[in-house]
Amino acid sequence: MSSRVIRKTEAERRSAVMPDPEAARADFSWQTARDLLEGMPGGGLNIAYEAVDRHVAAGFGAEIAIRWLGKDGTARDLSYQELDGQAARFANVLTAHGLRRGDRVFALMGRTPELYAVALGTLKAGMVFTPLFSAFGPDPVRTRMEIGEASALVTTATIFVRKIAAWRAEIPSLRLVLIVGETAPDGCVALAPAMANAPDRFATVATAEEDVALIHFTSGTTGRPKGVVHVHQAVLSHALTGRSALELTPGTSYWCTADPGWVTGTSYGIIAPLVNRCMMVVDEADFDLERWYATLERERVAVWYTAPTAIRMMMRAGEGPARGHDFSALRFLASVGEPLNPEAVIWGKKVFGHPFHDNWWQTETGGIMIANTKAMDIYPGSMGKPLPGITAAIVGHRNATLAELGPGEIGELALRPGWPSMMRAYLHEAARYAKCFVDGWYLTGDLALRDAQGYFWFIGRADDLIKTSGHLIGPFEVESALVEHPAVAEAAVIGLPDETAGEVVRAYVTLNASFFASEALEQDIRAHARRRLGPSVAPREVVFRENLPKTRSGKIMRRLLKARELGLPEGDISTLETDEK
Amino acid sequence: MTPEALRAIFIEELARVAPDIDPATVSDDDHLQNDLELDSMDFLNLVSALHRRLGVDVGEADYAQLATPGLALPFLLARLG
Repeated sequence: MSSRVIRKTEAERRSAVMPDPEAARADFSWQTARDLLEGMPGGGLNIAYEAVDRHVAAGFGAEIAIRWLGKDGTARDLSYQELDGQAARFANVLTAHGLRRGDRVFALMGRTPELYAVALGTLKAGMVFTPLFSAFGPDPVRTRMEIGEASALVTTATIFVRKIAAWRAEIPSLRLVLIVGETAPDGCVALAPAMANAPDRFATVATAEEDVALIHFTSGTTGRPKGVVHVHQAVLSHALTGRSALELTPGTSYWCTADPGWVTGTSYGIIAPLVNRCMMVVDEADFDLERWYATLERERVAVWYTAPTAIRMMMRAGEGPARGHDFSALRFLASVGEPLNPEAVIWGKKVFGHPFHDNWWQTETGGIMIANTKAMDIYPGSMGKPLPGITAAIVGHRNATLAELGPGEIGELALRPGWPSMMRAYLHEAARYAKCFVDGWYLTGDLALRDAQGYFWFIGRADDLIKTSGHLIGPFEVESALVEHPAVAEAAVIGLPDETAGEVVRAYVTLNASFFASEALEQDIRAHARRRLGPSVAPREVVFRENLPKTRSGKIMRRLLKARELGLPEGDISTLETDEK
Repeated sequence: MTPEALRAIFIEELARVAPDIDPATVSDDDHLQNDLELDSMDFLNLVSALHRRLGVDVGEADYAQLATPGLALPFLLARLG
């Protein structure tokens, strides 16, 4: 824990949306969030209505909603009016193809303007939006479309041919595949002509607060990925935390660098900024140092929400490349995805004039829960304090019940359920969902502690999930793909510390008879995993073992592999039956 | 080092980082990230592999020079002096 502290000046506090966080906590009511929203004229609450329709109706249609930066250097502005029109066209395309309220629309594509029309048009139509990360390989995509019972998929021709075509017919729920662009492979519909022929008006469906709006997938330690269900009421959390944790006020030039394929890129890369009538910068390209600095300067970005891996990549380059850029428009920097190391918090202040404000949340919480807000002093390395309306505690088992632990004690981070963006279910997994709630607490799976001043500090995961470049990876999904390689008998996957990515995925495998360890085989297994899973999920390294450590019941002890790799105590190994060799 | 020898080393290290790539199909215009689907960690791993193999330091500010084999090879050759 760091003893350093970054104190905020009186002027900084006064300029914050929430100048006195303690008072805001004490006086809190969710009515504050409702006051930021409009509600539909005839009753009902719809995220798309709050994000787009109402701004147009109120006369703000000409303001820029999205400043899109293409990979090829082109730029395109979409006003709220244009975004509304594009979303309406997309909603009309869906209904013209027979899709109905409640149907599920999956997107598997890069950050192009169409993606935003797809997201908002789906919500306008009262359907459920599920974004998938476009770098996923065919296996993760298929699993998620099966669990989510996708009704429609929007993707590109390249992705469709490479990853989907081979098994498209095996997803019985899938009735429509839309392909971005002018033409489409057989059996698919080209999106551009369909949109061009569709009316640019659509009466947004008056969804109820508890109607399902979004399904995001997240990984579990065992079993299949979890389809996390969020409802339209979540927009209360998005609107309010956009203000209080990210300083998103109308007209703010805002850049969230996360891809909508992950929850951050939807909650804070689409919904929160649009609901708060910001100008969102959307960069189609991935991290590139010079491009990012130029973008911050040229677009006069005022609020920037990014991730530790990107910040560490900037730090690797030193301060040199940042010099000569004018970052004077920046007024608030935030980071999420994994704990931000203290050096990175401070580096922000040195290079951009402001520290990075770390915050904490997860797919299940739907929105930011614990944060360093603008008026708060920062203890670098801490995730901050619970936002108004959020009750958090560190809990541990005491005599078969959960008890709140005191300052400095390490336990599981837990939250009192009841905020609007809380998940409502794991799809088809009632038992797994129920297991998250114990004695009136939602258990997050993260180990943390709270200090005497009420700041929370992340310690580690309570399970075997791997956090790499801010993404949660379930070892089971990776192991399942590995054992499908003809040479692999058994596989165990763990995360090892990495100074840039946080953790990197490493696999331990045993081989079937007649296969022998070699560099060529190692590469062949990784090639197989990359084709099935995509580069961000596949292991970066595969090592060979004669045996993997297993319990008497045959469960592979990933934790033991990791402890040995890192030279940590092995802990309780009383259940160990077969040891590693 | 000849341009041919350098190309062979570059492609070999590329295929080691991303073994799903078929070296025979890599063309000089292929964008490592957009066409060959390297992610940012792959890219960093390639940079450090080239450093180990060739002794060439490529700073973050020069990463754009490695965007395609067609750009990277003359750049690395010049660095090798």
